[in-house]
Amino acid sequence: MDDREPERAGVGAALVNPLDITDAALTLGGRILWSGLNLTVKPGEFVAVLGANGSGKTSLLRAILGQLPLDSGEIRVHGKLVTRGDREIGYIPQQRIMPAGTALRGRDLVGLGVDGHRWGPPWPSRTKRARIDELVAAVGAESYANLPVGVLSGGEQQRLRVGQALASNPSLLLCDEPLSSLDLHHQRGVAELIDEGLHQRRTGVVFVTHDINPVLDMVDTVLYLANGRFTSGPPELVLTSEVLSDLYGTPVEVIRSGERVFVAGIPEFPHHRDGEARS
Amino acid sequence: MSDFWGSIFNFTDYGELLLLVGNSIVAGAVLGVVGGLIGVFVMQRDMAFAVHGISELSFAGAAAALLFGANVVAGSLVGSLLAATLIGVLGSRARDRNSIIGVLMPFGLGLGILFLALYPGRSGNRFGLLTGQILSVDIPQLGSLIAISIVVLIVLLVIWRPLVFDSIDPDVAMARGVPARTLSIVFMVLLGLMVAVSVQIIGALLVLALLVTPAASALRVSASPVMVPLLAMLFGFVSAVGGILLAIGGSLPISPYVTTISFLIYLASRLIGRVKGRNLRRRTVVSA
Repeated sequence: MDDREPERAGVGAALVNPLDITDAALTLGGRILWSGLNLTVKPGEFVAVLGANGSGKTSLLRAILGQLPLDSGEIRVHGKLVTRGDREIGYIPQQRIMPAGTALRGRDLVGLGVDGHRWGPPWPSRTKRARIDELVAAVGAESYANLPVGVLSGGEQQRLRVGQALASNPSLLLCDEPLSSLDLHHQRGVAELIDEGLHQRRTGVVFVTHDINPVLDMVDTVLYLANGRFTSGPPELVLTSEVLSDLYGTPVEVIRSGERVFVAGIPEFPHHRDGEARS
Repeated sequence: MSDFWGSIFNFTDYGELLLLVGNSIVAGAVLGVVGGLIGVFVMQRDMAFAVHGISELSFAGAAAALLFGANVVAGSLVGSLLAATLIGVLGSRARDRNSIIGVLMPFGLGLGILFLALYPGRSGNRFGLLTGQILSVDIPQLGSLIAISIVVLIVLLVIWRPLVFDSIDPDVAMARGVPARTLSIVFMVLLGLMVAVSVQIIGALLVLALLVTPAASALRVSASPVMVPLLAMLFGFVSAVGGILLAIGGSLPISPYVTTISFLIYLASRLIGRVKGRNLRRRTVVSA
């Protein structure tokens, strides 16, 4: 984490921040998910968003994607206010089952990221093919790029997803639980792939996850959402029993075991006590 | 026995018959091709049941037009567009959609039967709407069927890529700014138009044979986004035109010929897909 500081300072001055969230508030179904939220993601910075189910992690991503309007405050992506379909954003969703009869091969999944949003039929083009080859190679998916997505493993699919998300050379990569339902080996591989992109391309990463361990050594900043409140900072400062107990308003214990961190005692449905937590 | 086969396959005076039904063959060909193509999206969007639901309301519309002496194609279009829009607007989630279709379908079929029962005309016309009647469709109507199919084809080509994106990968498509809601309504309208055309040719009960079976077969053989539509169009074309060519000599409706050809293609595709699938799995094991 610290060793990244010098390189960031070197390039940083000339670069626009991939993400600036200023004093943002979001209410969903009458419930305040978060308010007064400030978050800056610098080029090459890896931000992990943690929090219990229903704490507004995914809604945060949807707000950055321009799919949910804020109640107040503003979100800027690469210096511009959010719009739907911003090419500066790459999006990696959770792995999902692709049915066997899906008319798509691995490379076509990547291709959707290249020109899937454009009108018209997919005329074959040399530039497009070259671009897909390049992306497939970048995520090391050459050996299965021509197989139907229906027969690919979760890990293979998520590698292709990274390629798909990088297609527009985004300055911000939004990841919504991209590692869940992958086995440990693939979790590591896909996480490293995302981290690589961030070093090479100076992308900013916002990584929503319920388990920080697969990416713990890559994370620069943790944004922890709970009970309509939040706290953020370097993982070693945020992931402590004191900070999280204070955030949840109930004793929470953070256990460190070797390279791994476990949080115990999080109330499952914190939204029942919203009123108290906000007062 | 020879009578039996004679009524199924009869090729006497075939040349003259062929001239008489030339327009029907053109209409069948266009329907086969465009139906096969839209079928690919029907499969990817999991809408086979919707096709069936729309076709029953289309049948009701056509039957009403028959009873009131209006244009049958127009009646069929009204029914089908009404059903398609309802399903599109109310059923954005799969479960809602299926319950709406399940409710609409018997209602449409019941209405249609009521109108047919009240209709005093020839009985051939009555059942034609359910089981196909391309040979009795007149030339101006054939013209409008072909025109509708071509409009559907053009719009499909224009919305192709975002529609594929939205059908296969809706979350990422949404993140990329693909207008999912608009696309899904436009697609339902196209589907409604295509169903109305198919009802005229193959009949309300058998629409799936041209709008679903060819695409389902193609998906068995290939996963390439270029090959699947091409194969689906080919399969649709062979089923529709082959069915008409076999049917014109005999005294039977064309539908059984069309449905049988498209079913045989499906069986063959499953077999081929199985062999290919085994090879694929072997390759995946090696690459893993």
